[in-house]
Amino acid sequence: MTLLTLIGILMIGGFLAWLSARWNTSLTRWISLMACGINLIWTLFIWFGQHSVPAISAHGQWILEYRQPWIERFGIQFYLALDGLSLLMLMLTFFLGFISVLVSWHQIRRHAGFYYFNLLWILAGITGVFLALDLFLFYFFWEIMLIPMYFLIGIWGYEKRLYAAYKFFLFTQASGLLMFLSILSLYFIHGAQTGVYTFDLTELMETSLSSSLSLFLMAGFLIAFLVKLPAVPFHNWLPDAHTEAPTAGSVILAGLLLKTGAYGLLRFVLPLFPEAVLEFAPWGMFLGAISILYGAKLAFSQTDLKRLVAYTSVSHMGFVLLGVFALNQVAVQGVVIQMIAHGISTGALFILVGSLQERVHTREISAFGGLWTKVPVMGSIALIFAMASLGLPGMGNFIAEFLILAGTFQSSVFFSVMAAVGLIAATLYSLRIFQQVFQGSPSLRMETLSDLNLREMFILGIMVILIFWLGLYPRPALDTSQKTIHGLLQRSEISAIPGEDPPDHAEAGVGIKIQEGE
Amino acid sequence: MQHLIGYIVLFPFLGFLVLFLLNRYLSKSMVSLIGVGSVGIPALLTMLVGLNYLNDPDGTVRVETWEWFQAGSLDPGITFLLDPLALIFVFIVTFVGFLIHLYSVEFMKNDDGYGRFFAYMNLFIGSMLILVLADNLVFLYLGWEGVGLCSFLLIGFWYRDPENVKAAKKAFVVTRIGDTSMVIGLFLLFAHFQTLEIQELLAAIPGKWAEGSSLATWGSILLLGGAVGKSAQLPLQVWLPDAMAGPSPVSALIHAATMVTAGVYLIARTHVLFLQAPDVMEGVAIIGALTLLIAGTSALTQTDIKKVLAYSTISQIGYMFLALGVGAWSAAVFHFMVHAFFKALLFLAAGAVILAMHHEHNMFKMGGLRKRMPVIFWTFLAGAASLAAVPLITAGFYSKDAILWLSFAGEKGNSALWLAGTAGAFITAVYTFRMIFVTFYGKQDHETAYRPGYLILIPLIVLAVFSMLAGFIEMPHNMAHVDLFSGFVQFSLPEAMPQINKPGLEWLFQGISSLMTLGGIFTAYFLYLRRPEKPRQWAHQYSRTRQFLLEGWKFDRLYRYLVIRPVTYLSEVNREDFIDRIYILMAESTRWWHTLLVKTQNGRVRWYIMGTALGVLLILAIIILI
Repeated sequence: MTLLTLIGILMIGGFLAWLSARWNTSLTRWISLMACGINLIWTLFIWFGQHSVPAISAHGQWILEYRQPWIERFGIQFYLALDGLSLLMLMLTFFLGFISVLVSWHQIRRHAGFYYFNLLWILAGITGVFLALDLFLFYFFWEIMLIPMYFLIGIWGYEKRLYAAYKFFLFTQASGLLMFLSILSLYFIHGAQTGVYTFDLTELMETSLSSSLSLFLMAGFLIAFLVKLPAVPFHNWLPDAHTEAPTAGSVILAGLLLKTGAYGLLRFVLPLFPEAVLEFAPWGMFLGAISILYGAKLAFSQTDLKRLVAYTSVSHMGFVLLGVFALNQVAVQGVVIQMIAHGISTGALFILVGSLQERVHTREISAFGGLWTKVPVMGSIALIFAMASLGLPGMGNFIAEFLILAGTFQSSVFFSVMAAVGLIAATLYSLRIFQQVFQGSPSLRMETLSDLNLREMFILGIMVILIFWLGLYPRPALDTSQKTIHGLLQRSEISAIPGEDPPDHAEAGVGIKIQEGE
Repeated sequence: MQHLIGYIVLFPFLGFLVLFLLNRYLSKSMVSLIGVGSVGIPALLTMLVGLNYLNDPDGTVRVETWEWFQAGSLDPGITFLLDPLALIFVFIVTFVGFLIHLYSVEFMKNDDGYGRFFAYMNLFIGSMLILVLADNLVFLYLGWEGVGLCSFLLIGFWYRDPENVKAAKKAFVVTRIGDTSMVIGLFLLFAHFQTLEIQELLAAIPGKWAEGSSLATWGSILLLGGAVGKSAQLPLQVWLPDAMAGPSPVSALIHAATMVTAGVYLIARTHVLFLQAPDVMEGVAIIGALTLLIAGTSALTQTDIKKVLAYSTISQIGYMFLALGVGAWSAAVFHFMVHAFFKALLFLAAGAVILAMHHEHNMFKMGGLRKRMPVIFWTFLAGAASLAAVPLITAGFYSKDAILWLSFAGEKGNSALWLAGTAGAFITAVYTFRMIFVTFYGKQDHETAYRPGYLILIPLIVLAVFSMLAGFIEMPHNMAHVDLFSGFVQFSLPEAMPQINKPGLEWLFQGISSLMTLGGIFTAYFLYLRRPEKPRQWAHQYSRTRQFLLEGWKFDRLYRYLVIRPVTYLSEVNREDFIDRIYILMAESTRWWHTLLVKTQNGRVRWYIMGTALGVLLILAIIILI
């Protein structure tokens, strides 16, 4: 019931926010903030509580579960369940939701009621995606988060908002439909095999599929998730959507929406198609490594600051894809940290870019320069997040990238080395963000620039603390997801967990592969 | 007593946090107190721990705090490990660091970024201590990148000048290339040993990786990549001369005494791995020999006093690499220590000179400063004598002599390496005393802008004393039986045994290198005091060679073609992302079909009938033909 309430609070909160805007927009904001805040605190309580529950396994044992028949004729259930992985994702969702409301506080004045309605409904959709175990329900939430996002970009975005919103919608919708086809096929194949027609993930996992069919069905899911992630060559909606969206929209897009793709890979693709995953793994790692390098290259090329930050997401999410298909405990644990760390660090960079744009009304990098003297606090925070984004140890992104690359190295030396080159590329674009804007000779038009106000400092301060916490003591996060990951990898019958695999056989391979890589 | 290690690291970080967060609320004297105190206390603690440790140097001290992260079998902790090697580095970092902080109080007193400066300096000390005290390679890497960040921030300390910003970026990116190689090395080690704890690795490597095996070779090459980046050795040495854009105390602390020797530390720390890869060891020695010659010859032509010292630093670290490569571990670390004293001294003294000369860096616009700044002169002379390895009385002589002797007589030594080192000794003496004669002698007389106060003079005097006397704790065994240093270090590092044991030969070699030094000093004297028109004439005559050396053998130009141009090209090409064109094309073709097909929907019955007829015709044709 708790799980349903979490979604319910956001949906009802959304309606209330919309209604209240008729009388008082300040009330609207507070309602939205409360809705996210209550959920955040609630999930934190669950998190603290679950430490006493020893076993959180991927399937079978859940921290919380909610199951109600929904459309019984078709075997559709309202089946939500929470384990360590989804718990972390939910905390991230509500935290970034909370932050997004605060970010929009003064920025959004037009149709504020409808704005917060959309914001909360996106969050509700994302929450549902992170909880649903019924594939139909999953698809339902997948669509729910799409439409309000379309409005958010299309109505409150910047200059080319309509183009960006269309593009975002078409990419996600088209790929989503392919996934729906796969879901339906799986549903019918399973029904034909067992006589039980159901969308229940735990049961669909037992479907026996021929290897070619399995590849085919997996492709439907994969495309939907790779578009969301996004992986090269499906990334083109992202720079436009991120750049044109209002700041809160960019935060949610980068921080949460992309994560639903990664989550989908872990939650659905791995358990449903274990053999096909194994077959696809090298290609998955290849796409991941390509995304890292190509994303970084494009980020470095940009002249629009927000677009630059947008492309860094492509690069960072490439690590996620790489890690997922490395298919071992170390790498996938890293993936979980990467999802959280990227959500925070890129979110913070978007907030910084947003507050710069509010002040100087431009995003052209060449228009900036030497701002550090004028806005020391903003500069220092930008420095911290630029360093986070290049993977400086001490911050969350480093833990993530280190684990992903160390794990990948055990699966494929070549892709690990290829991706590690991305660290150098990340240095180039991250330094560009910081140095071009805040260092160098001061530009003249910055005379009236004011530093961060208290609200912005509060938002970014929390994010700074979190990114360091994640970098210096990520154990709580790692422990929470550890069992889930273990279960997911075991379920997929992949025994690439280090320690079990005799390194001797790796040894011969490594020597050869390194030479290819160097 | 030993649990104090944690506090040694803690204080600099606390100092950084306070200064970083409360900078604008603190008075200048508060900033100085916190900034210097948070290094001074660790220096004292190090003395305490060190004295305690000297009584019983066998065995290591581990201090665990918390487990950093854990995934699979990877579970690095925030754990410190103290052994003789680490203790020597900690001592240098805190002690020399403290003196430099003290100096900075006066040196930086009129700078707007006073608090910011001390915040970064404290952060640097903390990170450097992590680097040398880490018990696992991931934690070491944290310190490794931390010092890189501080180096970046302090090179670009005066960030309004685009040149400084560029230099900072160059340093960060170049070292980051090395770091990436190192981190891949870490992955390789982890993949094969399932741990990154240094002691466990060192114990496991010889049993698993045979001497000369390809894995050991790859592993050590990858770590070496990190080391040459951080320590500014061939081929990644290009960032260090530019790094002189930072304030002089920064150059003294980071770019001379401590951070740039991190590569030496890394190799010494993982020496077991390098011993399993004899080819790589030889490579290390060759890199060292080449670097010391290339940087030494470049130093000969520089006019900027800090650039001379920068090239000299590269060259001296070359000596350390040479020592590491021939397995003279103790000699490398000994030279690191002595070098930290005299090079920090030289940079600090140079800083005072530059300040007195209204921020003039060009030595040839100075001259005659001997009388105006006597204390600076004498301390500078002490440092210079040590750098040039003036025989018997300076520490530099003893540390360099050990390297030169072992580069010939050591197990892995040979005459070519010795020759390079000895030639380097001559070059070193020339450029060092060229600096002395040009800066402090001559007829020119300049008004000096200010008189250095005690906070500047005391560190200089202390360092000058150490530059002279530090050598007496370790002397060549043909002269006296003093081996306090190597006796201490041998608990961490294997002892290097000369293969040739002929005292007569050793005397001869010492005589040769002494002659080299004295000859170098005389050459400098002859060329810059007696016949100063000669070098000017040569500069004119061989201007191309001079330019070549002035630009550090033109490595920057090489990399401009090899790296910068391609990267710039890459960033400019495909800015719009060609993949986007594909999607746009899809959209456009849809629209095109749309407009085309809309035309058929025109409401004219004739058109429709004709369309139907054509369709029928087409279908019939297909049926008949197939």
